[in-house]
Amino acid sequence: MSTSVAMHMSDGLLNATTSMLFIGVAVVGLAVAASRARATLDDRTAPMAGLVAAFLFATQMINFPVLPGVSGHLLGGALAAILVGPWVGALCVSIVLVVQALVFADGGITALGANITNMALIGTAAGFLVALALRGIAQRGRVGLVSVAFIAAVVNTVLASLGFVVEFAMGGETSFPLGAVAATVVGVHGLIGIGEGVITALTVGAVAAVRPDLVYLLRGTQRPLELRTAEGVAA
Amino acid sequence: MRKRGFFVGFLLVALVIAGAVSYLADSDPDGLDHATLVGCQVVEVDGAERLTGNCIAQRARDHQLSSSPLADYAVGGDERSTGMAGVLGVLLTLGLAGGLFWLLRKRSTT
Repeated sequence: MSTSVAMHMSDGLLNATTSMLFIGVAVVGLAVAASRARATLDDRTAPMAGLVAAFLFATQMINFPVLPGVSGHLLGGALAAILVGPWVGALCVSIVLVVQALVFADGGITALGANITNMALIGTAAGFLVALALRGIAQRGRVGLVSVAFIAAVVNTVLASLGFVVEFAMGGETSFPLGAVAATVVGVHGLIGIGEGVITALTVGAVAAVRPDLVYLLRGTQRPLELRTAEGVAA
Repeated sequence: MRKRGFFVGFLLVALVIAGAVSYLADSDPDGLDHATLVGCQVVEVDGAERLTGNCIAQRARDHQLSSSPLADYAVGGDERSTGMAGVLGVLLTLGLAGGLFWLLRKRSTT
């Protein structure tokens, strides 16, 4: 039995020119992200960011049913952006996509640029911008944070899938009525977005319950941690 | 210690998801695959899957690395080993991402 468990765009959906164009977009986007990421990475957040990438890899393996015969899985842009910020978050999602394409034969190699553009750049940016716009609500308490995480994740999923529609319109390898493609892709990803929202909300909620200081979106609202470390920490 | 504890816990959660929960994953095509397959049927020709009909994925190619040791989240093509492949993937991702972020980080002055 070899039902493909491929989760991302495979090679041969987009023509060579368009694939190359989006490899360029991905390289430029990641270079910008890497240069901006430095400012938010330190001895405490660097290990957290590595773990977020590892967690995304694990969670992307879990396809959940959305319709009869159709599944979906986490993309992770909003999750990463809320926990480690947009720049580091985009790098986290990208590293996962690179590992999947090069080691697990999941997601085409020439399609990697488009996959990174959609899930790592568009998804993370969309998730982060929504979360940023609603930060006031997120900082009000756990319910607020979890709700914002859910909404940001739904938007991240739908916009990432729209990225595919745009790429297909620019240079699909086959001709197919664009309206039908857009309706199917965006419709299904609206449903997947609900799953993405639930997973993102649960994860962000759990991290915030234990280590709110590690939630990027909550930065600047925490009381200094030193108040707590003074007790019970062996010298 | 409290700090380290959270990181260890987070890693354990990722390992359990990839190593065990992954067996429960739905094997139906995901949303994007589904959309690219609308209009096509998957038929088996000489043990290989082919698409007939008219769909976006018609000219999709097999992955160049489809015979690599961990292809399709299985060790050596053995579907029972998904959990092992997942654990290896989590550790590899952690190593690559953690290493990159550790190198990129601002050094503390102390």
